[in-house]
Amino acid sequence: MGRWGRITRRTLLVGSAAVAGGAAFGVWRLNQPFANPLSPEQGAALNPFVVIDETGVTLVMGRSEMGQGVHTTLAAMLAEEMDLDWSSVRVVHGPAAAAYHNAALAAMGLPVADYAKTPMQHRIAGAMGTLSRAFGLQITGGSTATRDAFEPLRLAGASAREALKRAAADRLGVDAAQLRTEDGAVIAPDDRRVPYTELAEDAARVDPPQVAPRPATEWRLLGQSLPRPDMLAKATGAAAYGVDVRLPGMKFAAIRMNPRLGGPMRGFDPAPALALAGVERVIDLGSGVAVVARNSWAAMKGAEAVDVTWGPAPYPETTEAIFQRIAEAFEGRRNSRLRDDGNTTRTLDDAAQVIEAEYRLPFLAHSTMEPMNATALFTGDALELWTPSQTPLVQARFAAQAVGLRADQVTVHTPYLGGGFGRRLEADYSALAARVAREMPGVPVQVMWSREEDMTHDFYRPAVIARMRGAVQGGLALALEAKVAAPSVTRQAVVRMTGLPAPGPDKGHVEGLFDQPYAIPNYRVEGYLADLDIPLGFWRSVGHSHNGFIHECFIDELAHAAGRDPIEFRLAMIRPESAVAANVLEQVSMMARWRAPREPGTGRGVAFAWSFGTPVAQVIELRDESGRIRIAKAWIACDMGRALDPAIVQAQMESGLIYGVSAAVMGEITFAGGMVEQRNFPE
Amino acid sequence: MELTVNGDRYETDVPEETPLLWVLRDELGLTGTKFGCGVAACGACTVHIDGEAVRSCQIALGDVWGDVTTIEGLGRPDALHALQAAWVRHQVAQCGYCQPGQIMQAAALLAENPAPDDAQIDDWMAGNLCRCGTYSRIRAAIHDAANSLAEEA
Repeated sequence: MGRWGRITRRTLLVGSAAVAGGAAFGVWRLNQPFANPLSPEQGAALNPFVVIDETGVTLVMGRSEMGQGVHTTLAAMLAEEMDLDWSSVRVVHGPAAAAYHNAALAAMGLPVADYAKTPMQHRIAGAMGTLSRAFGLQITGGSTATRDAFEPLRLAGASAREALKRAAADRLGVDAAQLRTEDGAVIAPDDRRVPYTELAEDAARVDPPQVAPRPATEWRLLGQSLPRPDMLAKATGAAAYGVDVRLPGMKFAAIRMNPRLGGPMRGFDPAPALALAGVERVIDLGSGVAVVARNSWAAMKGAEAVDVTWGPAPYPETTEAIFQRIAEAFEGRRNSRLRDDGNTTRTLDDAAQVIEAEYRLPFLAHSTMEPMNATALFTGDALELWTPSQTPLVQARFAAQAVGLRADQVTVHTPYLGGGFGRRLEADYSALAARVAREMPGVPVQVMWSREEDMTHDFYRPAVIARMRGAVQGGLALALEAKVAAPSVTRQAVVRMTGLPAPGPDKGHVEGLFDQPYAIPNYRVEGYLADLDIPLGFWRSVGHSHNGFIHECFIDELAHAAGRDPIEFRLAMIRPESAVAANVLEQVSMMARWRAPREPGTGRGVAFAWSFGTPVAQVIELRDESGRIRIAKAWIACDMGRALDPAIVQAQMESGLIYGVSAAVMGEITFAGGMVEQRNFPE
Repeated sequence: MELTVNGDRYETDVPEETPLLWVLRDELGLTGTKFGCGVAACGACTVHIDGEAVRSCQIALGDVWGDVTTIEGLGRPDALHALQAAWVRHQVAQCGYCQPGQIMQAAALLAENPAPDDAQIDDWMAGNLCRCGTYSRIRAAIHDAANSLAEEA
């Protein structure tokens, strides 16, 4: 951790002699560049992503590594242009800084289908990217990190390489155009070799040259399955996650918040906790308590022991009543109608047979392997925060608010994340850690959540009700009407994170339903927002997690009604809309040998989704094992365009499939007495 | 209380009902062993006691019956255990948080069964959760490690 401590300690110090003036290259020059947040005590920062000192080159990531391999692929973009030896590449997470804003994420907010974006919509999306810059959205999420980084990081790498070459040209008295670069060194025509480490300080004084990134035909790293720089540490127990932060004199704390989410605390008696060995202190957090102890176990035991009287939940107390509230949304005002092709009402009125279905999907928890935690040190006019998050700037703002500081008084360190899946976009755990730290100035404290606290205080994937109607004719879907009701993740989360309301049609609520590449002549998708104060969050794939399921289950109903094979039925409607989408279906059909005779006692299903810019088709084979169902096999075909690291793409696709199947089979979250009933993995 | 971890002797004055997991992590600073659930339901805290894979969140310090080995002691970056080397070759880890427990659980399997088949691996590893879903690479890496151990022998 030492290195990144050094880099981040003096953040936002701009314009010192050895530091280049920020990321002023390529497209970024069109707008005001950001201050370079890096000011290393040794060496030089060529831009916000590259630090070189006498020991080597360190690549600084603005995105969080939570398993998705982003520290590998983003580092490869820089290393590719800089001609670094991959085995010597060092990667750290950078500070919380607007220089690391995510433009691709903001651009995703447009309520149009990805597969059918017009040039005008692409331009609007670009403008929204600029907006992201203005808000400093340093966010790892929405499947955007690689897309967002592809141009800027390659430009940053190319610019750094050219700056190093100019510094070498001055030193060697050779024209820069005659120099080449290889394995972290500049090579002269006479084979003299100057390592980057010797050129960095001079290179940082060069006005960063503007050069185009290399064409894909010249790549030697991108497009390859690279060894991950974090793999050795992760296989030897050396990788430091949030829970592994250890500081001199650090105390351990556990929290216990109202299990009726958002409800108040009426009162508490700390005595039973204080009687336990190792417990040092009980802190009133208003809607819960924190217990400080010599280790996490004593703290958790203490938190359980506090005698608390809780107030009621601000939402209906049971799953049944909650679904009732969601169903009521259908009677209220419609929020969106993002697809309305043909005349669905009349077609269904006139249809000889209308196929109907209602789907009810449960709340889901994220359940990262590493429970929520953060470590904080409050020193009166400053707060230092070690928090595994997908949103470092949001963490800084929430923690600052919680303790009465300004966000710029908070220093954020981002260790590895033991899973994110959207849970760590939220900043509740950092704010709580900051509040505990404020009660013990000068003493660092790690606030660790028990699994029970984590699972019962999530920001859940919302429960959803979908009402579907459809009709078929001539082996095709003639009409499909989808009405979906759920409380809105977007509205809750956008208000929480940006303080701004999120008016207008809620795209996330209906994504996966309105934006699928099916040519259905009468096709209507409507969203209804339920009024429900249960904390909701972005859960891996967000709206697609429920809407993909709903859409594809109903397409199967229509295929059945049409008497057609589910892949043939889909292809007949997808081909006219998208050749790319049709291709993934055809590929998965071939891989799974869909048309081959099935083994007895097995059944297969197929689904397609165009989700976050990537069309995906999957086939799953189930086996009947004397009444129990085993998910025996699965095949995935996807086409995200250019695969920058095929092994990471494969890992991510498998990961998504298993995450989805786990949710479908075991993930249901239910409520009783206003409390989440599932408290740990066995439940 | 005294205990031996990775060949080193430690002394601690925590109450002996404290689970071994928290002694390792919070008292001795050996943070490679992870907390996942606290109820022996996820396997993230798996360590060895006298070579046997146990869930350290369920073993009270006072009940530790032998020498403890954690992920830090199984192998080191410059002298990897065959499983750790296979983990790197197969690029198993995603977030990586559960992997120390996975590797410790697998190490106990190979000590007992040097050539497990798929079903034996699945059965032995069933209690170790991975929310990233790295299971297929875990299985491949265990086979690979078993082969490389067999070649060394």
